[in-house]
Amino acid sequence: MATITTDSRNTGPAVAADDRRRWFRGQAFWLVAPALLLLVVCLGLPLAIMTLRSFSEPQWGWQNYAWFFGTPVNLTVLQRTFAISAWVTLVCLIAGYPYAYVMTAVGPKMRLVLILCVLVPFWVSGVVRTLAWVILLQDSGVINSVIRAVGLSPVKLIRTQTGVVIGMAQVLLPFMILPLYSVMKTIDLRLMQAARSLGASPARAFAQVYLPLSLPGVYAGAIIVFILALGFYITPALLGGPRSTMLSTLIQNQVLSLLNWGRGGAMGVVLLIATFVLLALAAPLSRQPHKTGSTR
Amino acid sequence: MASPSTRGAAIDLKSVSKQYGSFIALDKVSLRIEPGEFMTLLGPSGSGKTTTLNVIAGFTEVSSGSLDVGGKSVIGVPAHKRNIGVVFQHYALFPHMRVSRNVAYPLTLRGIANPDREARVRKALDMVKMADFGHRFPSELSGGQQQRVALARAIVFDPPLLLMDEPLGALDKKLREWLQLEIKRIHRELGTTFVYVTHDQEEALVLSDRIAVFNQGRIEQIGTGRQLYDEPETLFVGKFVGDSTILRGAASTSGNETAIEIEGRKVAAAKRLPDGAKPVMLLRPEKLSLARRGKGGQDRNTLPGRIGEAIYLGSGSKYEVVLADTSKAIVRSTLDAETFAIGDEVDLIFAGSDVKLLADDEKADFTLT
Repeated sequence: MATITTDSRNTGPAVAADDRRRWFRGQAFWLVAPALLLLVVCLGLPLAIMTLRSFSEPQWGWQNYAWFFGTPVNLTVLQRTFAISAWVTLVCLIAGYPYAYVMTAVGPKMRLVLILCVLVPFWVSGVVRTLAWVILLQDSGVINSVIRAVGLSPVKLIRTQTGVVIGMAQVLLPFMILPLYSVMKTIDLRLMQAARSLGASPARAFAQVYLPLSLPGVYAGAIIVFILALGFYITPALLGGPRSTMLSTLIQNQVLSLLNWGRGGAMGVVLLIATFVLLALAAPLSRQPHKTGSTR
Repeated sequence: MASPSTRGAAIDLKSVSKQYGSFIALDKVSLRIEPGEFMTLLGPSGSGKTTTLNVIAGFTEVSSGSLDVGGKSVIGVPAHKRNIGVVFQHYALFPHMRVSRNVAYPLTLRGIANPDREARVRKALDMVKMADFGHRFPSELSGGQQQRVALARAIVFDPPLLLMDEPLGALDKKLREWLQLEIKRIHRELGTTFVYVTHDQEEALVLSDRIAVFNQGRIEQIGTGRQLYDEPETLFVGKFVGDSTILRGAASTSGNETAIEIEGRKVAAAKRLPDGAKPVMLLRPEKLSLARRGKGGQDRNTLPGRIGEAIYLGSGSKYEVVLADTSKAIVRSTLDAETFAIGDEVDLIFAGSDVKLLADDEKADFTLT
């Protein structure tokens, strides 16, 4: 207790700041209350009901989950859903990384144009964009006409996994580019100059300095795209065929066609849990302890 | 180990120009820097000093001219193959690497393996007095500490040439003054050629063996600090290096003497400029003295004025005197001299032999940022 006198010097302002924080936390609750209410009523409640029905219909028990994991086609589709999502994430990363980099390197006017190029398709309904892809990808579509015109044999795109990946990647690209850009714009390009002065070739400077510093953006973008892709419905339904069905299509089939809410609910819960597990695994990656300064 | 005097590289810029579209950043700059020399490139922003540094570092390609480092042309050699240390104003430490990995980075790139690498990192950190901070991340260091780490990283691979681009520009005055002495010590210990860019003329005087004064893409004068202060060759150099008083007015010459008339009063110096040049007089603060109106010596040049500002400096006083034509003179007086208050009517007195007679030049105006 001998330290009380020396400590008292610091407690004054600290207590005041603490009080202020506590006060703000009290006030802040009311600021988030409307959004919270909406989430609970429109998302939490239906989710709870869905989970409940997956156990209660047609009778209480695990039968819906036993059916899901006992039916090979379900597991195939689950696996395919993850595979397609992974492909979409990869395509988005390959297309989005250089794009986001260019956004940081150009002048303010060009940057605005590039941002608009990302966002404008985003403002068009997903259904409309997907239908546009149908026209582009179909056997007598624009892409195959061009391929035929240059003398190559046409490729099957519509109703294939490739077509689904292309369409989904286009829809999801902004979700990759925007987090990448927000991280990349904080990277000081003079670091590359420093690396070069120390003897690093441009390729090494990129691999050892720029790439590691951009990784939080890569992780953030990849997580968002992958998780959104897992639950994608319209694009795979319109562009895909029977061999590229994703889980969301099966769920829709169970719920709307077969009116089997129990089985549909169980599939939804499986997808949800898989997503949570993935998030939990990936979350530590996107943190950057050294940049926020862990002096404490 | 080579002796300090032979470890630095000579630099030879010959008629180097750099153009960005129609903007001429460097206009036929020629500069020879001796091995082991501490050369400062001094000038206002946009004067070409940083462009010169970037040209030497290899970050900027020249539009024309030749550049030799250590006796070999480096035109077309990419930055990473030049083996030149660079210290940047904003430290440019890699935020994802600890201090020791930052300093080891150039050694890793050169394939230097561990017992040796670790020893050299420790030696470099010792030299900048940062040996205890190897495990920290740059974000956990103050600005001055970060810059010392950056310095260690730039010298750890023993480059024959070290370039520094306003390295102390972001630090406060006390820290800057202390680090200036540290940089001087390190220069002495290494024997490396240092090229230092700054817009701070005091810093240039403290650090340099020689100073090259840049203005509008050209070098105005190269010389020691003393040469620049005592014998400025251009009005710009006179104004940029040290405090100065500029007297402008209708000029007349008779024989070997030049006189300038300010509001009816003539002052003269026994010097002449080549024909065609419009002469102005430049006087250093310690060459000027003050007396109450009418009580000064009559044998010397006198100009009437009023004290506009009086600053007590401890070691003496500094006065700003407003002259009849509203131009301002800066006078430094010693502690035992008579003191004046703002508003006092005074005579500004100086000897004709202390006048620097220079050609007027509208390019001599500059802004500090």
